[in-house]
Amino acid sequence: MTEKYTALYAEHEKLGASFTDFGGWQMPLKYGSELAEHHAVRKTAGLFDLSHMGEVWVEGPGAGAFLDYALVGKLSAVVEGKAKYSLICAEDGGIIDDLIVYRRGEEKFLVVPNAGNAVVVAGELAARAEGFDVTVTDASAETSLIAVQGPNAQTILLTLVPEDEHAAVTELKYYASVEVTINGDKLLLARTGYTGEDGFEIFVDNASAAALWQALMAAGEGHELVPAGLACRDSLRLEAGMPLYGNELSREGTPFAAGLGPVVALKSKDGDFVGRASLEAAKESGDGATAGRRLVGLKGLGRRAGRSHYTVMKDGVVVGEVTSGQPSPTLGFPVALAYVDVAYTEPGTALDIDLRGKAEPFEVVALPFYKRER
Amino acid sequence: MSNIPAELSYTAEHEWVASTEQDGVVRVGITDFAQDALGDVVYAQVPELGSSITANDVVGEVESTKSVSDIYAPVSGEIVARNEGLDGDPALINSDPYGEGWLFEIRLSDAGQLSGLLNAEAYGQQVG
Repeated sequence: MTEKYTALYAEHEKLGASFTDFGGWQMPLKYGSELAEHHAVRKTAGLFDLSHMGEVWVEGPGAGAFLDYALVGKLSAVVEGKAKYSLICAEDGGIIDDLIVYRRGEEKFLVVPNAGNAVVVAGELAARAEGFDVTVTDASAETSLIAVQGPNAQTILLTLVPEDEHAAVTELKYYASVEVTINGDKLLLARTGYTGEDGFEIFVDNASAAALWQALMAAGEGHELVPAGLACRDSLRLEAGMPLYGNELSREGTPFAAGLGPVVALKSKDGDFVGRASLEAAKESGDGATAGRRLVGLKGLGRRAGRSHYTVMKDGVVVGEVTSGQPSPTLGFPVALAYVDVAYTEPGTALDIDLRGKAEPFEVVALPFYKRER
Repeated sequence: MSNIPAELSYTAEHEWVASTEQDGVVRVGITDFAQDALGDVVYAQVPELGSSITANDVVGEVESTKSVSDIYAPVSGEIVARNEGLDGDPALINSDPYGEGWLFEIRLSDAGQLSGLLNAEAYGQQVG
């Protein structure tokens, strides 16, 4: 597989980033200290390059009905300007990807899949569009995505927005999007993120991406904005209890086991959708509720952290497996997400993680681990 | 490019070994290359004072936000000092891996062991 580079690669190099492969892309892992970047997003602001994410436009008179069929949620019910978290599942109910769908018009939606799944999702959407009056356009290659996240994000962004458009930014709700002028260009701005903080994501053509990145970096001077890499993005999302495709979500798992049952619109959608029969059967069998395993949060009582694929035990018997885990920079104790037999998912349940041969005590806790003060 | 001081000895496991003012006692830490690969260290577990350790055995671990790495005993002997400063500030391993971020000191069971370690040039070739 050829390595892919975002339009901002040169900016990251200039900033001294260390790079890592993510979904086939060479992405900044960190610029200096990932802990400092993590704390900056929680306390001030961080700037992320998310251009590896996909952007797939779905347009046409049948757009709403099509997405209701192609995804597990009821996207036709999303109000113009709002967004919804959803999943695309296979016929057998396995999760192909989790994604955010932005409704940009009566007949216009933007679907944002994960980097590593963007090609597959675009292909699935195109295949599922047969018989619907829609066009599916994969704009991933031409589109960059820059996120400003953290308590100072709005203040920083506003310095690049003309005053008569400030209200569009300040009144923008969480999981909503609007077109505003940023750094002289009319751009799609969304109040979404993957950090557990307030923040924005800005969609921009590749050609304008570097100028916008530089403008945001300059606007962030005096507001303690730091460039932030994927290492801190992972620790931030974990603290916020958000799943990562490939860790918590996969083709082998169902939405119910992942705690995403509410995302599946079995009741509110009358029509068929891809995966419906399998998902109904899974729900009926009690998957993730009375049968199988369910995703839970684990809090470490010691200092050592559980890591992906480590075994979870109860009294020496294997009852689960960690999918993500590390010391929480904000909270100061180890946190982990793990699939655990449903009998042991009640908050307060004492479990152990096998840390290279030694049982370390953890406790089931309600998610998220971290919630920002509003 | 990571820093590899010429006067130290090294192991393939990215540890450094330095002689001390005490005869037969060496100080051990992890290299600049290792701390950079690990990322920000949040916890270091080093062996207890007085414990006997055997070369190549796992005697502790260094945990960062991203990953965890075992510490191997570079030589055999007895632990005669451990860096208590790491309990309060494990990030010393990142900021000063060859100085304030040292891990522990070993009284060698056999002084001849040091000849089995890598010199700076050989270690540099390994990480280069």
